[in-house]
Amino acid sequence: MSTCADDVALYLKRRARWSPLEIAFWIFAFATIWLFPGKYLILKDTAILALFALSLDLILGYAGIISLGQAAFFGLAGYFSGLVAKYGFINEPVIALICSGVVAAALGFVTSFLVLRGSDLTRLMVTLGVSLMLGELANRYSNITGGADGLQGVEIAPIFGRFRFDLFGHNGYVYCLIVLFICFVIVRRIIYSPFGLSLRSIKGNNLRAAAIGIPVKWRLVAIYTVSAGFAGIAGALLTQTTAFCSLDVFSLERSADLLLVLIIGGTGYLYGGLIGAVIYKFLQDWLANLTPQYWQFWIGLVLVVIVLIGRERMAGWIGAMRAFFHRLGARLAPRLPALGGAGSKGP
Amino acid sequence: MLTILYDGIAYGMLLFVLACGLSVTLGLMNFINLAHGAFAMAGGYCTVILVNRFGIPFALGLPIAFLFTALLGGIFERTLYVHVYPRSHLDQVLFTIGLVFMAVAAVDYTMGSSQQFVQIPEALQGQFEIAGIGMGKYRLLIIVICGLLTVALQLILAKTRFGSRLRAAVDDQRVARGLGINVGAVFGITFAFGSGLAGLGGALGAEILGLDPTFPLKYMIYFLIVVTVGGTSSITGPFFASILLGIADVAGKYYVPKLGAFVIYAVMIVVLIWRPQGLFARGAAR
Repeated sequence: MSTCADDVALYLKRRARWSPLEIAFWIFAFATIWLFPGKYLILKDTAILALFALSLDLILGYAGIISLGQAAFFGLAGYFSGLVAKYGFINEPVIALICSGVVAAALGFVTSFLVLRGSDLTRLMVTLGVSLMLGELANRYSNITGGADGLQGVEIAPIFGRFRFDLFGHNGYVYCLIVLFICFVIVRRIIYSPFGLSLRSIKGNNLRAAAIGIPVKWRLVAIYTVSAGFAGIAGALLTQTTAFCSLDVFSLERSADLLLVLIIGGTGYLYGGLIGAVIYKFLQDWLANLTPQYWQFWIGLVLVVIVLIGRERMAGWIGAMRAFFHRLGARLAPRLPALGGAGSKGP
Repeated sequence: MLTILYDGIAYGMLLFVLACGLSVTLGLMNFINLAHGAFAMAGGYCTVILVNRFGIPFALGLPIAFLFTALLGGIFERTLYVHVYPRSHLDQVLFTIGLVFMAVAAVDYTMGSSQQFVQIPEALQGQFEIAGIGMGKYRLLIIVICGLLTVALQLILAKTRFGSRLRAAVDDQRVARGLGINVGAVFGITFAFGSGLAGLGGALGAEILGLDPTFPLKYMIYFLIVVTVGGTSSITGPFFASILLGIADVAGKYYVPKLGAFVIYAVMIVVLIWRPQGLFARGAAR
């Protein structure tokens, strides 16, 4: 006798299996360490952006909360990790990273109660307001944060006392990539858990979700906190790898760009933020080379065009492509039919 | 002290003219238009070009700025915005932020990134004193113009046929459609008019607010505060909200200059937590 709970567990287990494409993706991601030795800086930025986008996807794509204030957590943790390194409170970068994440998550927990009230517009304003307030505070207490000049004189100790952040950014990139991978695995675990499923149902219809006994408010508080934590880790990574932190970590542009990243890659899809970050970063690099001062124009154009074409339609194209790859994968590996079968209904 | 109040009122009036178009758009179509500031910037630059380059008198430049921006708004509304109304709020935010980015870069490209100043006539410069309060002439002009506009807007909304159609459409779009009101046309006209007002505000405010390519980003927050705090159901709500915001901002910058805009954001968040529908909104949730 298989009960409903067993079915759900089986379904989740099947969905959570790593597909060959995913494994290939990560093998390629780690191969970039050796493939593109001259591009460490942009690769590192991409990895950080990908982690940041992943954090936004948790609340936007999975829980359906619009936020323009993810930069608040990014910036807070960025300053936190910079300050603890500068004044030598925590010398080990990995511990500092985790602490920064916890600090950002704490802020996320506190602000989540503000965000979960009101309509979309109120949410936008409150999230934006929180990050702007933090930006003003950082500007105000310039004796601590360095104000408009940025936080200078940050010295990051070697990771585990062995791997120094070198000039070429090799160790920095490897560090970011490993952190990204670990965070990704955690997020993946969250998404494919019953908790992740309940988030989806809240996004679908929160009244019905409440009616079948899901504690909507607490689930949203939880995911907002977790998401803030990951955003914080991304911010701390940026500070640690650049040994610098400036006021623009709180800027509106950072949050707006992040939305764009996620939209390019696709929301509510684990790899959306990652792929979006790669495309965005290289698009930005290319456009900035083409027209150094006015790349923002083209970014804006991309946004407008994406909305006018319609995200659903684009998601349809991506879905068709994914289905094609699944068929391809099934043909290449006929001995593993379960993979193609289980994944036929993509996320 | 009274000078601060006076400057604050002038500033608030200006904010109201800039933002009232946004409050109507938001209330009527439930559309989040973050690109509203871009229209204000267009009006400002239009005046700068007309007055500084072609030597057109300032008094004539203002109405031209209004007409130009209204036309621009109307064209954008008919060609682009119509497609985005039925979409989700996320799409609207993305779309309008995209427009802002484009506007910022385009103005930077054509006009340069430095701050622009309108040459205002000499008769409007300087200040005079009444009972020991120094009052800038230009600010008095702003108060007068914006005050008249507010009264006119209130009259249009309350007394004319168009006003009642608009209010009906805001209250319940579907029923208004059912009564034979062409909501799309009403909205198009209102959007164009609101953009025109923003353009006029941008032209008037170039002197006080400063005009550079980042204008839409810098003041977007202020417009949104006016709208969210004031509520979208009437014109008096945003009016009082912008006066409050203007006085608070000027006073804050005067008394606690280092804290900057912190006070305003804090007040906004508190108000939104307290009354998510806006300070002056009617009780019922829409």
